[in-house]
Amino acid sequence: MSEITNRAQVSRKLGGMPAFLVGGVILLVISLSLAISVGAVPVPLGTVWGVILNKLSPGLVEETWSRSREAIVWEIRFPRALLATMVGAGLAMVGASLQAVTRNPLADPHLLGISSGGAFGAILALLHTGLFIGLLTVPLLAFAGALGTTFIVLGVSRFADATSADRLVLAGVAVSFIIMACANVLIFLADPKATHIVVFWMLGGLGLAQWGQLIYPLIILVACAAWLMWKAQDLNAVTVGDETASTLGIPVARFRLAVFVVGALITGVMVAFSGIIGFVGLMVPHVVRMLVGGDYARVLPGSALLGAVFLLWADITARTIMAPEDMPIGIVTGLVGGVFFVWLLGRRKSFG
Amino acid sequence: MSAATLSVQDLSWSPGRGAGTLLRSTSFALEAGRVLGIVGPNGAGKTTLLRLLYRFHRPTTGTVRVDGDDIWALSARSVAQRIAAVLQEQPSDFALTVGEIVALGRTPHRRGFGGSTGSHDKDVIDDALDRLDLHGLGDRHLGTLSGGERQRVMVARALAQEPQLLILDEPTNHLDIRHQLEVLDLIRNLPLTIVTSLHDLNLAAGVCDDVLLIQSGQTAGFGPPDQVLSEAAVSDAFQVMARREQLSRSNTDHLTFHLQKQGTHT
Repeated sequence: MSEITNRAQVSRKLGGMPAFLVGGVILLVISLSLAISVGAVPVPLGTVWGVILNKLSPGLVEETWSRSREAIVWEIRFPRALLATMVGAGLAMVGASLQAVTRNPLADPHLLGISSGGAFGAILALLHTGLFIGLLTVPLLAFAGALGTTFIVLGVSRFADATSADRLVLAGVAVSFIIMACANVLIFLADPKATHIVVFWMLGGLGLAQWGQLIYPLIILVACAAWLMWKAQDLNAVTVGDETASTLGIPVARFRLAVFVVGALITGVMVAFSGIIGFVGLMVPHVVRMLVGGDYARVLPGSALLGAVFLLWADITARTIMAPEDMPIGIVTGLVGGVFFVWLLGRRKSFG
Repeated sequence: MSAATLSVQDLSWSPGRGAGTLLRSTSFALEAGRVLGIVGPNGAGKTTLLRLLYRFHRPTTGTVRVDGDDIWALSARSVAQRIAAVLQEQPSDFALTVGEIVALGRTPHRRGFGGSTGSHDKDVIDDALDRLDLHGLGDRHLGTLSGGERQRVMVARALAQEPQLLILDEPTNHLDIRHQLEVLDLIRNLPLTIVTSLHDLNLAAGVCDDVLLIQSGQTAGFGPPDQVLSEAAVSDAFQVMARREQLSRSNTDHLTFHLQKQGTHT
């Protein structure tokens, strides 16, 4: 504990947040460039930025690369890297906010079953209902599934009187199992030819990223992030306790509900485009708190940055470890996150 | 800092249909700047009454007025600008520093985006830290402090709210004697109207201008401590034999307690 204190104090002395933000943005740009450069066909970093700059402002850089390289960078890897950035940032911010409103350091959209609900909705749309309202069908049903599952988990935790941190997670895991079983029934009932791609997507895959679709997660992410930042002080207040927060003029029950809806919205949309990517929301906020302290005005942007960087590197790992095969990214985050989860449990034991 | 009058009329509360009434038609009036102690046995309704006063529970009947305004006719935010509370909730360890916790007190006064802190806010926060002698601890994490220090942080947070009425729930709980006396000394000297629940009747008698004794949700007495905390009333409320004795050195009254059994049992 004192180690954390010291580190937080040191980082504050070093200029704290501005330094962290600048460092984070630089790290993000480097990670983004590498994520585009690395792969089955390596593309030099110069080419990566040449292609991107030329697309943003045609004729800026002399074209020294082939059409196929340009297609790899611009059509495949860049949208994929951007999606990884948004998914990582989004899930990390959801984790951070859920941890505050549940006062539960183990809260995470995946552990609480919200991701499974999103997957259920998305599978329903992909395999059964058809895209009856166009491309938005999948994210909309994923959001509905995520929100529905959130309420089921809250209901179960109330029914089981699971007010403590650990029992809320147990309620989430239990509901998550049920929802995943239902989702698997949906897959089982569907056309076998369609199921392969769904199973791959469900394990977490950024490979389906396309320019035309990136706008939906972007809008949701920007809008929700702005709202959460606006409420940063309220998030701080609820970590102290419900009654204390309410004596500060915060309508706690309504606020918590709003955070759950926003969390389901981000999670649902991210799941719709990238499948289930677990543990980002659990891990990233804890690391960020060690670096910049517990104030949500710093935790939220810090989590967004670090979440994005983490997921970019998870994606790089997933693409290179079994190259040219693409390993589902959920396997990488699950592996890292699971180990982190065990470490967190051990650490919590030591100071109650 | 200024103090507000508090007037409570016919206040009662029950958790819901079919559930028992935890507080029955309680009425009292407190002048500005006075210290009211709420005493009574466990489960008598002390916490319920406090929750009604800091606008956490909505009364089943009756009103709570601060400076004449019904607190349920005001918004939660404007009530939070007048009433602050120091509760027994233990903050979960989310690595907030003492300075950040105290700054939370500015929440009801804040406008605009995020946690921007104006120069007035900074002054108020500094003043609250000074008043509770916390300046050296501003960057410490709450989790690393002792019980007494934490309690001081929560009082500083409440003072940063610039309230006119301060409500405290068992502020001396879990504190050693020195810290108990320090907290009570601080309370007595604040230029605010104060309502506090207290377990220790002798402490209550020493600190409070008025005392409200409740028993099974009903008022068993309201007024100056020496009148309300009579041997008969205390014996009845707490189911003990209470005796008012004179301490020979300081010449002050002191209540002592014995189980009723002791006199009769062989």
